[in-house]
Amino acid sequence: MTNIEVTPGMFSSAETKPSLKTPITLVAAALVVLIFFGFLGKTGDISFVWSDKREAIQLPPFIVNSMFFCTLVGAALLLIGLLSIALTIRGGKTPVWLIAIYGLGAMMALLGWLATEATQGVQMIFILGNTLVLAIPLIFGGMAGIMSERVGVVNIAIEGQLLTGAFVSAILGTITGNLYIGMIAAMIASGLLSMVLASLAIKYLVEQIIIGVLLNVLVIGVTNFLYSAWVDDDSINLNFPGTFEKLPIPLLSEIPVLGQVLFNNRITVYLMFVLVPLLWYVLFRTKLGLRARAVGEHPLAADTVGINVGRTRFWWVTIGGMVAGLGGASLTLGNVGSFGREMSAGLGFIALAVVILGRWQPIYVTLGALLFGFTIILKVWANQVSPGIPVDFITMVPYLVTLVAVAGFAGRVKPPAASGQPYVKG
Amino acid sequence: MKLEVKNITKRFGTLVANDNISLTLQPGEILSLLGENGAGKSTLMNVLYGLLQPDEGQILIDDKVQKFSGPGEAMAAGIGMVHQHFMLIPVFTVAENVVLGHEPTGKVGNLDLNAARKLVKKISDRFGFDIDPDAKIQDLPVGAQQRVEIIKSLARDAKILVLDEPTAVLTPQETDELMEIMRGLSKNGTSIIFITHKLREVQQVADRIIVIRQGKVVSEASPKASAGELASLMVGREVDLNTSKKAAKVGVETLVVKDLTVLDDRNQQMVNGISFSVHDGEVLAIAGVQGNGQTELAEAILGLRKIHSGSIQVAGQDLTKSNVRQVLEAGVGYIPEDRKKDGLVGDFTIAENLMLDGSFGKPFAKGVQIDFAKRDEIAEKLIKEFDIRTPSATTLAKQLSGGNQQKVVVAREMSRDLKVLIASQPTRGVDVGSIEFIHEQIVAARDAGKTVVIISTELDEVLSLADRIAVMYRGRFVGIVDAKTTREKLGKMMAGIAA
Repeated sequence: MTNIEVTPGMFSSAETKPSLKTPITLVAAALVVLIFFGFLGKTGDISFVWSDKREAIQLPPFIVNSMFFCTLVGAALLLIGLLSIALTIRGGKTPVWLIAIYGLGAMMALLGWLATEATQGVQMIFILGNTLVLAIPLIFGGMAGIMSERVGVVNIAIEGQLLTGAFVSAILGTITGNLYIGMIAAMIASGLLSMVLASLAIKYLVEQIIIGVLLNVLVIGVTNFLYSAWVDDDSINLNFPGTFEKLPIPLLSEIPVLGQVLFNNRITVYLMFVLVPLLWYVLFRTKLGLRARAVGEHPLAADTVGINVGRTRFWWVTIGGMVAGLGGASLTLGNVGSFGREMSAGLGFIALAVVILGRWQPIYVTLGALLFGFTIILKVWANQVSPGIPVDFITMVPYLVTLVAVAGFAGRVKPPAASGQPYVKG
Repeated sequence: MKLEVKNITKRFGTLVANDNISLTLQPGEILSLLGENGAGKSTLMNVLYGLLQPDEGQILIDDKVQKFSGPGEAMAAGIGMVHQHFMLIPVFTVAENVVLGHEPTGKVGNLDLNAARKLVKKISDRFGFDIDPDAKIQDLPVGAQQRVEIIKSLARDAKILVLDEPTAVLTPQETDELMEIMRGLSKNGTSIIFITHKLREVQQVADRIIVIRQGKVVSEASPKASAGELASLMVGREVDLNTSKKAAKVGVETLVVKDLTVLDDRNQQMVNGISFSVHDGEVLAIAGVQGNGQTELAEAILGLRKIHSGSIQVAGQDLTKSNVRQVLEAGVGYIPEDRKKDGLVGDFTIAENLMLDGSFGKPFAKGVQIDFAKRDEIAEKLIKEFDIRTPSATTLAKQLSGGNQQKVVVAREMSRDLKVLIASQPTRGVDVGSIEFIHEQIVAARDAGKTVVIISTELDEVLSLADRIAVMYRGRFVGIVDAKTTREKLGKMMAGIAA
């Protein structure tokens, strides 16, 4: 019989080892920039063009030797990466702003390397402006995803809601001649679609993933049918809405670079500027948000303090659907100017991925969506400035880096605990 | 506030969970509702709290008839409830949990968390709870979480507090603290309904005791009644609270565990360099509050969980890197702590559940095919031998009561040729009759010369079965002591303080 001598507090509580995945990825990517873009890079000059010809204030382009610039940036990135390793080993976390600086640096190096000796240079306004516009449907889709997952409903049907919004806004915008009516109709239509999802999932407890997939297939089928049977024959009168006017905001739009990128846009972009912070505020600073998150984390606990779980879920999912409809409208009325077959092209599914990437936080999800917007425009632009380059490979790079970096975050934030689980009383 | 429950009946299908139950609760009174698992106590309280609607009967508060269609209305009427499984949101702070559902708001409809913090502080200080309003629930120990639940009810001006099996997850010290809290509350005029099946606690704190059996109020008892009297009221017949056993005839060392370290799913060290050995013909009981690594220890021995370092031997055979099947074939039997999750397949019949671990060869398999005749024959035999109360061997496991389900698991594990039996919480959620039976089986296995390891959070069970007791705290053994060690000393060890 053994007696072990023990004093209180002798046992340390269980410890988790900090993950080195993120810092190591940062270092590896920095080495790629340093070696391939820097030491083994191109010898010519890069010209970063900051101003549009139409702007009042013209900034001179920034011209720099490619090898020198990429070596410098690569070294700075390496430094951040090493710093991050040191921080992690000491048990700290790498601050998000440092990773943001890193991302910005890596982006500049990639753009610069691609556009070395290209006559048009790196057109910053074109790239950033398009990144934003292309990201808008993804951001709205992502917000819809947050709104439903935060209350515990998995919404696979975002794809279908985007497509519904795109279709309805284009057709009704054309028929009525008023794009705002088109936009509102898109929100209503997608909201109704969400009500189907919400009531089947909440009231009738149908498996959420299955309803989502079915709704997507249904919307693709219906829009394709209507498009070929009706719309396509009379495009001029049915599917020719055009886009919203650009509304430059006085003064703000005259700020160099940022003014053009952020404040000379269509209404859909401005709505995003309002919606994202608003959703953050509601979720984390109001009682509505507290209750919604409670329902998504522990519905029974919410029920025992008198919160109506079913009703909360229903309205958050429905309003989320309206936001996704707005995303659909921003695809047509905010960018392309008409509806095309299956034009959502998987954006709804990317939005779901972005929700996870952004850890169910509106601000992070927006940043994630912008990254995807950037890769879309990068593909187009890289082809123009350096023809012959393996474009698909280049566009893969930001995804790869993000994927591995996020694997490091993964342990930190968990999804809403009751996501995807129906709530049955009693 | 005076509460009256009149003639409440609640049925689930053909099962009558509450049969014409009536009781009254005076202001400031601690009323204990005593009954076995499945007697209908929780159903009655869920009716009282508006989570369930009664089929018949009335609830009166201060002689006024109340109708609660949801917990919100019950709370508004002054009833607060601390559930057996806490209704707290792990990722929220204490303050957020306390105000959830009746949040104070600022000028623009924003959440006023400062007001919430003040409210928590006020109640916490008044009763000496020592709770930080900004702590996240998931970082708090269980005892503190329970106090948050009580604060939650008090913050809503609850005059009647229902505590549903509140001590199930507490250390003996925390239990004593809770009793103090209950007395303090009742002095301040709060009435308390205290639901439990633990006799000792009832005797300590209750003003009055109501015993419920099979959905009916069977009698009212005084807290001065002896434990034996209360137990027979609860079960409906004489019960022997002590398992009698002969002195252990200790044989050779059979189970040897050396420097065992095991990680959980989140890579936290749950078992931290434990060494021990158990002999033939002896029961080692591993005591401790839930969540101190007992689950991981048992899973590691069975081969369900990867071993980080250290070794495990059974009868000289090294099982450190073995898979579950190899461990079972080495003669280890395992009664898992959660029979519904790990012990049974609810949608399988009893006969099928009884052969779950024997599908590889004899006696259940004939070549690639199951020998159905043999299976049914063995099932009939085990049902008789282990007193499994069931209409037939083809009844689905999920239709049995907790005690009979547990007997199915025990029958399956103990009918094999065992060297070592590991039983995790062998009687959790089981009626008293089945507890007696299972305990007898465990002692019989010991007397037959098997090596037995019991993992239990119930001190009563540990004390009545063990030959030696190991107390586990944060992944280590605080000590291994003999079975005559006092309850107080064991309680201290469970809180990590060495003997």
